[in-house]
Parts: sequence; C-alpha cells; structure tokens
Amino acid sequence: MRRFNIPHKFKLITIIELYAQWIREGKLKVNSDWNKDIGAKFTIQDPCNIARKSGSNKIVDELRFVIKTVVGEENFIDTVPNRENNYCCGGGGGALQAGFPDERRAYGRIKFNQIKATGANYVIAPCHNCHAQIEDIGHHYGGNYHVVHLWTIICLAMGVLAESERTYLGPDLAKVGL
Amino acid sequence: MDPRKLIRMLNLGMDDQIRKSEWKWVCSMCQRCVLACPMKINIPALILNLRASVPRKKRPKGILGSCDQHIRTGSAMGAQKDDFTFTVEDVAEEIKEDHPGFEDMNVTIDRVGAQMVLNQNSREPVTEPEEMGPLWKILHMVGADWTYPTVMWGGENYCMFLADFEGWRYIMEEFVHHVDNNLKSPLVVNTE
Repeated sequence: MRRFNIPHKFKLITIIELYAQWIREGKLKVNSDWNKDIGAKFTIQDPCNIARKSGSNKIVDELRFVIKTVVGEENFIDTVPNRENNYCCGGGGGALQAGFPDERRAYGRIKFNQIKATGANYVIAPCHNCHAQIEDIGHHYGGNYHVVHLWTIICLAMGVLAESERTYLGPDLAKVGL
Repeated sequence: MDPRKLIRMLNLGMDDQIRKSEWKWVCSMCQRCVLACPMKINIPALILNLRASVPRKKRPKGILGSCDQHIRTGSAMGAQKDDFTFTVEDVAEEIKEDHPGFEDMNVTIDRVGAQMVLNQNSREPVTEPEEMGPLWKILHMVGADWTYPTVMWGGENYCMFLADFEGWRYIMEEFVHHVDNNLKSPLVVNTE
C-alpha cells in the first residue's frame, strides 16, 4: 500500500501483537504449566517481513514475549544471531516457487545449522514461506525438529487443541492434554 | 553469487551478465544485506527491477502461475471465493459439533462492520484446513469481533515476487476497497 500510495482507512497489524496485548490484558489466559515437567525446547525464526522490513524489533520482541509466556522462559532458546539481524530462511521472495531448489537449499543450510545449534526440538516460524522452507531443509539435511505455528502451542497450553489439530507436533507432545 | 558480487558487477558495467544471471530469482530479498551494508544500498530493490526487466511470460512458471491465479480467483492457491467459503463453513461446523466449549464459536465471512478482518494465507484453507481451527479458538476465547474477506482473501502476494507491479497493485486496491467500503472494518490483521 505504501509502494503504490493506496489510501486506506484501516490499520494493519499482526496477530502476534494482538496475542501479546491479549495476554497482558488477561483476555488470553495462557501459561507454561503444561511444559514444566515435559521441558520441550523451542526456538524461533524471525521472518524478514516482521523483523527487518517492519522497521523495528517491536513485533519480534512481542513474539518472544508470547513464546516465553506459553512455553516457559527456561524452555526458550534464542538463535544466534536473532531479531532484525537473524538469517533469512532462504525460502522467501518467491524462492519456494522460482525453480532453483539446489540454490534455495544451499542458502537454507545456514538456517538449518543455526537451528541445530540451539538444540531445540521445535521451531516457531510465524510466516508461511519460512514455515515451508524450514520444514523442507529439516527433511533435506536430516533435522529432528518440528516446525509449528504459535496458535498450535497456545491452544495446547490452554488445553483446547483437538487431536485433529496436531499435524505438526512431534510424538512427545502429540498426546499432551488429550 | 552474492549481493556484494552483484554490486561489483554493476560498478564494472557488466549489465549483460547481470541480466543473464538467474540469481535474481534465487535472492529472497530478505534485506539482510541492507542491514550489513555501510551505505545501506537497497539491493532488494535492484533485484525487483531486474526481475521486472524480464518479459512477463519468461519469468519463473511457479511464481507466474500463483500471481495469475491470485488475480483470477483471489488467492495464489487458486481457490475461488465459493471454495473458500465452503471450507471455512465446513471446518467451523465440525468444531462446533465435536469440540466441547466451542458450540457457539462465531466464524463469519464478509460480515459488515466487524472490528477486524483476518488476512490469512490461502495455504491453510486449501491444503490444511484443520490448521484454521486453533486460530479461531483463540479468537473465540478472547471475544474478538472478526470476519474473513472474500475479495483478494489470500494473505500472500506472488505478483509482488513476480515483479508484476500492475498485478500487485490491482490485488492491493481490490482488497483495500473491499475492507474500507464494503466491510467498513477499522483493523486488518495479518495471521502467522
């Protein structure tokens, strides 16, 4: 909209900012009790669109606040580097459909190694490009992590995640709260 | 190939080699090079213009197809408004019937005056509809007043990746017009 100067009356925000706001307001009643004994470890992918391209770290900081609330601070392992300085997943800008899979995976190797170094079993990737690419490089390079949506973990923590909504969870969390 | 080489080639006037290189389709335009560049050169903008310099029909089929589908149907996955509506209603019905506590969950499409319009990637309704449920449950539990749009409802925009500026602009204008003038919602929310 900025590029083409399209006038608009509505405000555009991300659901991540709303998750954070709802947690602070007490509307989203969620905590990390479910993960106290399990201790599943989570890391993060900072999508370029909400990190670098948003002009500040505001959204990715909110993202960390939400994740820490939901999985427990001790179960969150950040990547190095992170936030606006994080590496690209290698799948954006149309790369997933551009027809150069070898090159795409070669760039993705940096992301794969970075995730591997965290030792986390779960990667929260709140972007479809990142999500698909990180799954693909996980299979390609033999990673044993799972890529999940934040909404899956929030619902798991609140005890409302149905069996049919657990496609992306690993065996350690597949039965939690059922 | 990397962004520094691209800039060096430009400095050396190697325009032909740059135009021939397919690297413009490999670069993800993530802007990390801009963050690292001491002069903050907008390399992704160069990439976008390089993409635009290729005749439209000769651009990568995958991206081209998604852009064309979006213009034609409102989503890059090529799902029409009716398919989208049917899937959303079907999944919502199942949750209301089978998931305790969500019997009165409100899932609406094109509801005028909703506080927020949800901009969701078309991958979910088309390839993994069960992934929409958890998001709706959260919205239900916080009491959010929301709806889905049916015009240009796919949250993605492959015309942008294709460097089809007309298509990109058309998608945006149609979406903005629908939200501002038909739905009159003050907030558009991008999902994960």
